[in-house]
Amino acid sequence: MSHKSDLIAEDILGYLKAQEEKSLLRFITCGSVDDGKSTLIGRLLWDSKLIFEDQLAALESDSRKVGTQGGEIDFALLLDGLQAEREQGITIDVAYRFFSTDKRKFIVADTPGHEQYTRNMATGASTADVAVILIDARKGILTQTRRHSFITSLLGIKHVVLAVNKMDLIDYDQSKFDQIVAEYLKFAEQLNYSSITAIPLSALRGDNMIEPSANTPWYSGPTLLAHLEDVQVEQDAIEKPFRLPVQWVNRPNLDFRGFSGTISSGRVKPGDEVVVTASGLTSKVKDIVTFDGNLYEAIAGQAITLTLEDEIDISRGDVLAHADAKPDFADQFEARIIWMHEDHLLPGRPYLIKMGAQVANAQISDLKYKVNVNTLEHVAGKTLELNEVGIANISADKALAFDPYDQNRHSGRFIIIDRFTNATVGAGMVNHSLRRATNIKWQEMDINKGARAYQKGQKSVILWFTGLSGAGKSTVANLVEKKLHALGKHTYTLDGDNVRHGLNKDLGFTDADRVENIRRVGETAKLFVDAGVITLVSFISPFKSERQLARSLVEKDEFIEVFIDTPLEVCEQRDVKGLYKKARAGEIANFTGIDSPYERPENAEITVNTSDQTAEEAAEAIVSKLEEFGVLGAWFPEI
Amino acid sequence: MQPNLTHLRQLEAESIHIIREVAASFERPVMLYSIGKDSSVLLHLARKAFYPAPPPFPLMHVDTTWKFREMIEFRDRMAAEYGFDLIVHINQDGVERGIGPFTHGSSLHTDVMKTESLKQALNKYKFDAAFGGARRDEEKARAKERVFSFRTETHRWDPKNQRPELWDIYNARINKGESIRAFPISNWTELDIWQYIYREQIPIVPLYYSAKRPVVERDGMLIMVDDDRMPLNPGETPEMKSVRFRTLGCYPLTGAVESEAATLPDIIQEMLLTRSSERQGRMIDHDQAGSMEKKKQEGYF
Repeated sequence: MSHKSDLIAEDILGYLKAQEEKSLLRFITCGSVDDGKSTLIGRLLWDSKLIFEDQLAALESDSRKVGTQGGEIDFALLLDGLQAEREQGITIDVAYRFFSTDKRKFIVADTPGHEQYTRNMATGASTADVAVILIDARKGILTQTRRHSFITSLLGIKHVVLAVNKMDLIDYDQSKFDQIVAEYLKFAEQLNYSSITAIPLSALRGDNMIEPSANTPWYSGPTLLAHLEDVQVEQDAIEKPFRLPVQWVNRPNLDFRGFSGTISSGRVKPGDEVVVTASGLTSKVKDIVTFDGNLYEAIAGQAITLTLEDEIDISRGDVLAHADAKPDFADQFEARIIWMHEDHLLPGRPYLIKMGAQVANAQISDLKYKVNVNTLEHVAGKTLELNEVGIANISADKALAFDPYDQNRHSGRFIIIDRFTNATVGAGMVNHSLRRATNIKWQEMDINKGARAYQKGQKSVILWFTGLSGAGKSTVANLVEKKLHALGKHTYTLDGDNVRHGLNKDLGFTDADRVENIRRVGETAKLFVDAGVITLVSFISPFKSERQLARSLVEKDEFIEVFIDTPLEVCEQRDVKGLYKKARAGEIANFTGIDSPYERPENAEITVNTSDQTAEEAAEAIVSKLEEFGVLGAWFPEI
Repeated sequence: MQPNLTHLRQLEAESIHIIREVAASFERPVMLYSIGKDSSVLLHLARKAFYPAPPPFPLMHVDTTWKFREMIEFRDRMAAEYGFDLIVHINQDGVERGIGPFTHGSSLHTDVMKTESLKQALNKYKFDAAFGGARRDEEKARAKERVFSFRTETHRWDPKNQRPELWDIYNARINKGESIRAFPISNWTELDIWQYIYREQIPIVPLYYSAKRPVVERDGMLIMVDDDRMPLNPGETPEMKSVRFRTLGCYPLTGAVESEAATLPDIIQEMLLTRSSERQGRMIDHDQAGSMEKKKQEGYF
């Protein structure tokens, strides 16, 4: 008996007083029609007297028409809402059911269990504190059991009821029940549950639903309803740090400025020092204003309006926190994502994300892997399709305030909206924030630099040719490359002029641009070295610090500086490109050696010049030095 | 152990969150005010959500011209007392055509004077969001309704293509001409509503309380003779009975129940001990199986 009829009849005021103390529990039921899920919910509604006579009449007539219980009442028919679904005999959306007992009001999210309805289950699980996972005792743990468990755990549900149903069909066999429970507990070790309660049931016969069953004398635990009435979940949010996402700025007149929202976690009192996460501005709580009077304290779940001691700028989307326990604030973060739309996720495409009252443009910058919802295996993938789950980096156009979802289930959660169709295409939960610099992680490759160089029978290095314009860098580099090529080596030359036609065509000759010019070339050369290639770089590169920067990008023995030490007078005399003449005439500014300095290398690995030597001789000298350094011989790197 | 927040406090907070979210996200929201108990609760919640400011949107009553007289009196009294901005819309086209439940039947009357009229009003004032007091426990088709329920430019609802709704995060994005129907009390049951009205002392139309009223019995329903537009069948004479209404709509379409419940505790007591659901008093649900779902698709609330 769920509602005390006697008390209602005799002392309605006493009853109403008692009802004021009732709590609220939201739970989700996971299972398929075959597991008896609809029957289980129907039975809970029935036993808590929430089925009225007219509904019962309709149910009886429906049971005769389309029922599957041979004319007996088919509880499942109470639940299937939409006509088309009723005819197909499956539930294809999320439906919410309500019943109550003297202790609690319950909101049940009733969702379908098939794999193609993963999004519906995720939706139902998002607001649930408890998951009732149904198992057909005859079949034991199935793929779908693992899937349902994974999804509920993914959405942060901590409390699970393993409802082993249809015990009547296995003669209430304890050993079979124990076996199922043991297998489940082992599987659930990898999930983040804090409590698992297994109950042997028959929803159809009513065993252990409301009253302890005489058919399971070996079971001493609670009935399903008793457990749902007693399971404690409410403290979870209140014990977390204080968060108030500001929904609305309440400004009825110049004397009142309040910040309205629902406290998502923690508690707050007048006098508390609070900080605006985005701006870092702080103030003290003046009053907690409600229609029913000001409060001495407000806790998670309450919809309140705060006024502050100071006039600081706060608007919708700001998150207020205690000054000593701020949430993360970042524009890049890693999240787990459930895709909910037929159009696939496109990494790189801008979507809108809505996180509490915060909205930002964001892109999924890097899909790390997908998770197979049936096996929990990680799978490589470039996109997410409907009902798929993946781990990805998200990059937003502004910083957002959040806590990692696993630390605080009432924060760090968001929906993904298509900017053009406005459809809700996905949902996500933040794993952790990423700082800009740490966002791009090195992708570890199985084939590494050593392996690539070894395959080419060489050691990959940078030969960095530096010297004045007209010193003969390009000529010598060209000859060196020809000789190496003839020796069967794999080479490439990055030439200053050539690179300025492409990669660096946006750069001029100011110092800043020269620095950037060298940085880019250095980075490019580094990639070539990583590819196992002997890379010749022919650049004036007048500044020591930039040559040093290029050197620092690779290993110590991978950078060989080749100084073409041809005197300025010789270069100017040659003036192959006619540039010195223009520079002297003032037609070119910032010309190295004329009105922009050339900082001579002090410790170049190789120094040659083309005034005492021919270019051919210089090239010969360089190649023999390379032999000496062991670059050209057989080399056995660690692979 | 006493809960930190009772179930009514939690439901109240959830509703206030939804109401604030709509006000913050839309340019021209409106609250549909049907004068019934659910509307009374909705209005009360809106006043709480923005206190000390008044709700930043108007209330709109779509008047079919066949409402109980006491409902209209109550509406005007509330508007004066709370000072809210009240819009009353009547489908003048329907009035000119003389549409009424007795002459045209409940189905056509509801369609023209309620569903069509609502669409007219929404178009006329260019509202992009409309609050309604529907609850998921009322009817099976409503159990799957979203809190933010998307409507096309022609106000249609597509039950097969609803936006997923997770946590307390609502997708408020629409294109021009489209709209959202928002249901802040989706998760309340009839019992919750009554308990809340009792606890908060929310004023409701006196028709909910039992009194001697003139009624005739038709097709198993007790219909109140509220004005002289009601044609009496041969041999039919109104009888004075102690009746009350569990739900309010157009008087010719709303069945009364015999009752002595004259106070809120009496009403709750009666509701808990009775065994028939509240929408039974409404004719429109019984027209055909799945009728609510059809009406909703067409734009009925």
